[in-house]
Amino acid sequence: MTARTVRRTTTHEGGVGQSPARPDGVPKLRGEFEYAQDLKADEMLWAATVRSPHARARIVSIDIAPALAVGGVHACLTADDVPGRAHFGLEHPDQPVLAGDRVNYWGEPVAIVAAEDARTARTAASLVEVVYEPLAPLTDPELADRKDEVFRRLRIRRGDQAARGPVVVEGYYEVGMQDQAPLGTEAGLAIPDGEGGVDLFATSQFVHVDQEQVVASLGLRPGQVRAHPTGIGGAFGAREDVNLHIHLCMLALHTGRPVKMAYHRSESFTGHVHRHPAWLRYRHEADLDGRLVRVEARVVLDGGAYASTTSAVLANACYFVVGPYRCESVAVDGVGARTNNPPCGAMRGFGAVQVCFAHETQMDRLAQALGMDPLLLRELNALERGDPMPTTGQVIETPLPTREVIRSLQAMPLPDDPLGLDPGGLPGGSGLTTEQREVKRGVGYAFGIKNLGFSEGFDDYSQARVRLTAHGAVVETAAIEVGQGLVTVLAQIARSALGITSVEVVHVDTSKIDSAGSTSASRQTQLSGGATLEAATRLRERVLSHFAGDDLDESGVWRGEELIARWPEIGDQEWVETATFRHPPTTAPDENGQGVIHADFAVAGHRAVVDVDVELGLVKVIRIDTVQDVGFAINPSSVRGQIEGGILQGVGLAIMEELVLADGVILNPTFTDYLLPTILDAPDVEALLIEQEGSWGPFGAKGVGEPPTISSTAAVVAAIRAASGKELNRVPVRPQDIALP
Amino acid sequence: MIVSFEVNGEQVTARMTHPGSLLDMLRDDLGLPGSKSACEQGECGSCSVILDGELVCSCLVMAADVEGSSIITVEGVAPRDALHPVQDALLDAGAVQCGFCTPGIVVAAVDLFANNPSPSVSEIKEALAGNICRCTGYGAILRALEGVARGDDS
Repeated sequence: MTARTVRRTTTHEGGVGQSPARPDGVPKLRGEFEYAQDLKADEMLWAATVRSPHARARIVSIDIAPALAVGGVHACLTADDVPGRAHFGLEHPDQPVLAGDRVNYWGEPVAIVAAEDARTARTAASLVEVVYEPLAPLTDPELADRKDEVFRRLRIRRGDQAARGPVVVEGYYEVGMQDQAPLGTEAGLAIPDGEGGVDLFATSQFVHVDQEQVVASLGLRPGQVRAHPTGIGGAFGAREDVNLHIHLCMLALHTGRPVKMAYHRSESFTGHVHRHPAWLRYRHEADLDGRLVRVEARVVLDGGAYASTTSAVLANACYFVVGPYRCESVAVDGVGARTNNPPCGAMRGFGAVQVCFAHETQMDRLAQALGMDPLLLRELNALERGDPMPTTGQVIETPLPTREVIRSLQAMPLPDDPLGLDPGGLPGGSGLTTEQREVKRGVGYAFGIKNLGFSEGFDDYSQARVRLTAHGAVVETAAIEVGQGLVTVLAQIARSALGITSVEVVHVDTSKIDSAGSTSASRQTQLSGGATLEAATRLRERVLSHFAGDDLDESGVWRGEELIARWPEIGDQEWVETATFRHPPTTAPDENGQGVIHADFAVAGHRAVVDVDVELGLVKVIRIDTVQDVGFAINPSSVRGQIEGGILQGVGLAIMEELVLADGVILNPTFTDYLLPTILDAPDVEALLIEQEGSWGPFGAKGVGEPPTISSTAAVVAAIRAASGKELNRVPVRPQDIALP
Repeated sequence: MIVSFEVNGEQVTARMTHPGSLLDMLRDDLGLPGSKSACEQGECGSCSVILDGELVCSCLVMAADVEGSSIITVEGVAPRDALHPVQDALLDAGAVQCGFCTPGIVVAAVDLFANNPSPSVSEIKEALAGNICRCTGYGAILRALEGVARGDDS
């Protein structure tokens, strides 16, 4: 590990660089933590959603009378009942709150019902009579492109477009549709305030944009809608978009009663966006020494029926098309297609995952074509601080230890244990289908790069407030804790900045604080952490200057050896500072995709060791070693948690997780059929963190949530290739891809 | 429908308006929301409870079938002022992230150690194979439970 940057010298109990227990840990372990699913209110009604059974259809008529005739039903609302803007959307408001004259994807909401209990609501929803005229769905993104049904095209041209290299590798790659599958489904409670406004408590990653969208579609004044952060069972991108939020508020205002809704698992699979499936064409050209001379790529993402964040995901996929490598001649054409497939949007890795599978396979093939060691090839081309991004030309100004990541990963010890005697440890697992002689071991490497924070000129900021009380300090924020441990990290930052131990992080609603931005893009530690550090630092300076002290701790303000103000006395006064933190500004791309597009970057690498039953096509991921560029690990235990969890989602995409579609219909929207890795599928993980000073995050910290997911998939597939000798141009790799000729 | 049984050492009577699962009855009628509903089909283990000494997914048990039974939920694995050694170990290992799977993990692990105080790694994995965690990658969970199996003081 290299030197750490620490802006303050305070090493305080529970401060940065330590791993204090998370404050919500005990309530979660005791079953006492309140999730959106657990919310209740007096006089509460339950809601259910009527959804389209067609991927594309014209709505001929909707008859809500049969639903209203059910005893205990209080409301059944359709598109005609949306009081304000009929559409919503994170980037473009193109998605109907409720479908009006047509439906554009399977599962699209058409009507909503509120009733005395959940069962009655669902029964009534099933009785709403919708007459559809089914239409042929457009499900092929390439065809959508030809029909100009696109959300965005992005063209990148950088450097001498005539540059050519003597060694050429071409490839075509596909990535299936992955689901975030957070354990907690979408849920929420809306409570009317009796004055025409509403309080919303619902699963979210970004309450301020939920609030804006609710305000617009309900036709209310901003002050009339308060969105409250609430307990959430995971997110991974699935909670950036509005789903039940507007519906709940409509029903609450219509009935004058609190209204609750919780999606079932199968509904959750249609109720949130997915990772974009991708179709990727690549051409790498290198000189005889292995230097990349030119990279060309065509990137096609299926955005599904509505925009969500497709524009931004497509952009990210295009910007990171080369990976963490230098190249002076690049041409990328990207398309985010509009189809009648389920809408796709944010998922951990946000476009960088899809292209990483392709660029890392290309690098391995290029090494093979050159007769060169694949890690040496990567090292030779490693993108580092001071280099221009191969795609955008942006000079990288924060540390990017790509070469160190490659070398350190290679230096980590490989397991030399033979295949175990426990048949449960073989690829066939407890099914005991695998014969040991059919098992081949493979090792594969992959490296990825990811932006941190929002890009392309977005005004990305977070506000935090730090307040002293008679008991210590309180950090107020609207930044969403999805499980990653932000509540711990913000408290650690405040402890280190203030010098006091007793710090509580309190979530406040949208009326009480400005936006913290989204819990996505690996950004909250850097952005909300930055705001917390700034507010806490200012507060400490104010207190010390007021009392002419020089130190602050649990007992009060000290000057030299003398205690000059005791803690309760300090806290009795109004001591509060609010800070808004912005990352360095970014720009929109020019007509060639050039510009200062991103705020910061992180690089990581993964080495997978797999055992493959080549006869049956079964894979057991034995071990994954990783090296990750983290800037400064504010909470090493949480960083490890992000690394291990992110890796397993990458393993899932590599070998099992895929939403399978037929004519726009999801065939496997259950946990029985959408396979998620269990503890038996989880590899041993060894992680090395590289800490380097220079990022703008608090104490030099970089975001750590996404890099573990970028290259772990590609590393697993590289290892399966090494074991099986198969090309494997598509993820997830299915048994037939390995076993069949 | 009236069902009488013991939950976490207390005799209770639940009056249900509809036939439903044990999970629904615990959450909606008995004020015990610690057991989580995440898949409704016994795949994820978030609703795990111990029913007459057997680990079950409460979403797969009909409420009417627990008449006269004894049930332990996550709320009842430890006294109010203490944590079970499994809970202590999971907290210290950083094995809690979003926490939605955590009650099920706790109950399954408590059941494991009640029946086998020093399980091997593969026995721990086998016992937890019915509990899906989407956040942690299971590493911290495994380290925590290995510690309990070794008798580490947490």
